[in-house]
Amino acid sequence: MSKLVIEAGKINRQYFKDLLSYRELFLLLAWRDILVRYKQTIIGVAWSVLRPLLTMIVFTIVFGRLANMPSEGVAYPILVYAAMLPWQFFSNTVSEGGNSLVSNASMISKVYFPRIIIPTTAMIVSLIDFLISILVLSSLMIWYQHVPTWRVVFLPLFLALAATAALGITYLISALNVKYRDFRHVLPFIIQFGLYISPVGFSSSVVPDKWRLLYSLNPMVGVIDGFRWAIIGNIEMYWPGFGLSVGLAVLLFAAGFGFFRRMEREFADVI
Amino acid sequence: MSIIRVENLGKKYLIGHDRNQGRVFSSRTLRDTFTHTARGIYQRFRHPLSPNSENTETEEFWALRDLNFEIEAGDRVGIIGRNGAGKSTLLKVLSRITEPTTGRIEISGRVASLLEVGTGFHPELSGRENIYLNGTILGMARGEIKAKFDEIVDFSEIEKFLDTPVKRYSSGMYVRLAFAVAAHMDPEILIVDEVLAVGDAQFQRKCLGKMEEVGREGRTILFVSHNMAMISNLCQTGMVLNEGELEFFGQVSDAVMNYYQNTNQRDAAHEREFKSDTAELLGAELVGLSNLSDLTIHDELTVRMRYRLRKQVDGKCVPNFHFFASDGSYAFVDSAKDVTSMPQGTYCAECKIPRRFLNEGAYFVGVALTTYFESGSLKIEFFNKNALTFNVVDPMDKRSNRYGYGGPIPGVVRPQLDWTIAKEAQ
Repeated sequence: MSKLVIEAGKINRQYFKDLLSYRELFLLLAWRDILVRYKQTIIGVAWSVLRPLLTMIVFTIVFGRLANMPSEGVAYPILVYAAMLPWQFFSNTVSEGGNSLVSNASMISKVYFPRIIIPTTAMIVSLIDFLISILVLSSLMIWYQHVPTWRVVFLPLFLALAATAALGITYLISALNVKYRDFRHVLPFIIQFGLYISPVGFSSSVVPDKWRLLYSLNPMVGVIDGFRWAIIGNIEMYWPGFGLSVGLAVLLFAAGFGFFRRMEREFADVI
Repeated sequence: MSIIRVENLGKKYLIGHDRNQGRVFSSRTLRDTFTHTARGIYQRFRHPLSPNSENTETEEFWALRDLNFEIEAGDRVGIIGRNGAGKSTLLKVLSRITEPTTGRIEISGRVASLLEVGTGFHPELSGRENIYLNGTILGMARGEIKAKFDEIVDFSEIEKFLDTPVKRYSSGMYVRLAFAVAAHMDPEILIVDEVLAVGDAQFQRKCLGKMEEVGREGRTILFVSHNMAMISNLCQTGMVLNEGELEFFGQVSDAVMNYYQNTNQRDAAHEREFKSDTAELLGAELVGLSNLSDLTIHDELTVRMRYRLRKQVDGKCVPNFHFFASDGSYAFVDSAKDVTSMPQGTYCAECKIPRRFLNEGAYFVGVALTTYFESGSLKIEFFNKNALTFNVVDPMDKRSNRYGYGGPIPGVVRPQLDWTIAKEAQ
């Protein structure tokens, strides 16, 4: 018979065992969010295609045509869209996940489960959008007759890096959101700001060499560079910067997870 | 073997009071934090020598304090107490929704808690989808839900609407579906908050029946309700909480009595003495019962009141008893018959309540003395609304005419009337 001990002030030792035993709930909540998302709006799918596509067109015109930024030898739309993929994935995860605890407040105050499941679910939903976007990119590549190289097999690794960074920030923000309810007004600004400081509309090679390591403090720089490296093929990677991005993404994840675990214990009381 | 062991359990909440705005907030906003900090700094500059005056005072509030108890496997425990006594907090701590501040809990078995009907239901999803969703949230495995799916649908009586989004359900259908899922959980320990208060009477009975079935299978149930009849019916053990502390733990009928007596005492403490210039209440009691918890529907009960008339009055001083059901509604009133004008002195009025008259449940008795004058006017000399309480139980034996039915039988009265059944000629 399973024995459970709840002791005041002690961290739950069964936490990871619990995570494992609640994996079904995790999948089910992800399934619920996906279902609701594509059920509620007829334009659900269209929306996840249109948003990055329109952003890509604007960026192509502004950065490619008006500012005449270098295109690294590929059609500018492909350059932008290759970065749009991880950026959309990242920003959707953070914005959905950041508000997820508050929007599931009734569940949190009425039933126990490892709370971390909720913000993590947001990543799975973003993953579906990501897969749809891959199809869009494929069509773009067919249209521009761009053939990817063998490097494309490393794409999942860079996606994992994006997920690591995204989850770290999501854990942080979702926990803060419970405590400080008006944090959700700050969230869109943070995401907007992130778009400007990440090399989505332009290649990171335009950043002067002496600043590149500093620029890589933004983990999304490493992710986006990685995506372009894998998809476009003829781009050289700035490895020291990439290493820094990976390190920071892992650190961010650890920090976010740790913070979430600490805050999690009082969620039901303050939510 | 005890299945739940609780030691020194306490739960503290912090309530914040803002001195400047005088309001209480539990979840602060970023703006509050900023303005509060800024104001603090500003005041520090203005009065550098004054002691650090905090604008916000936090007040501790112990929702639960120093609870110690053990629950044996198979026990059905009813938890009673006034609003704010800590019942829901206790259930939340036991179901791990919130952490205790002090103490230790050991639970040996799978817990399912039902603090709300339909937790996690999504209005856009169909009934079928919500069964899976809700079941998983309550801790059922997918295979388990699949195996019981037909039973759940059957119990909920919503077969036809299985593929309709639940936002189009009536509230009754919604509750039925939600409870159907919950009723088919297979935990060793079932924790239920006052969820049965919703839904129509018929469905409530069905749910209670289901819970009794669960209880008969030897599972442990913790049940919070304000409905004493429901508690006495379903549970053998009762726990009374008062302001976060354990006031009583034992036989359910004693717990119900304890709860009512304490409620009465607290109420009585606020009230004046029961007297007028003419008369005075000396006391009220239930006669002929050594142990109040033994009162069954088959027993007779005598209610007695003693009062003093200070002087001879022209009118007729009539004692009367007011009986209230556990929900506070009037069961009935009865006045003494054939009263004539009486001289001053001490009197004792008794009223016999016959067997097979009151249904099971808890009752309050109010005692009053009313003077009726020749002119047709009347004067209430005194009226103690909460003079006595008692609890009637159904022993569930052959005399109860239940034919094996174990659920509650509605109504205030439970008479045994004369019936005849005769076969008619074809």
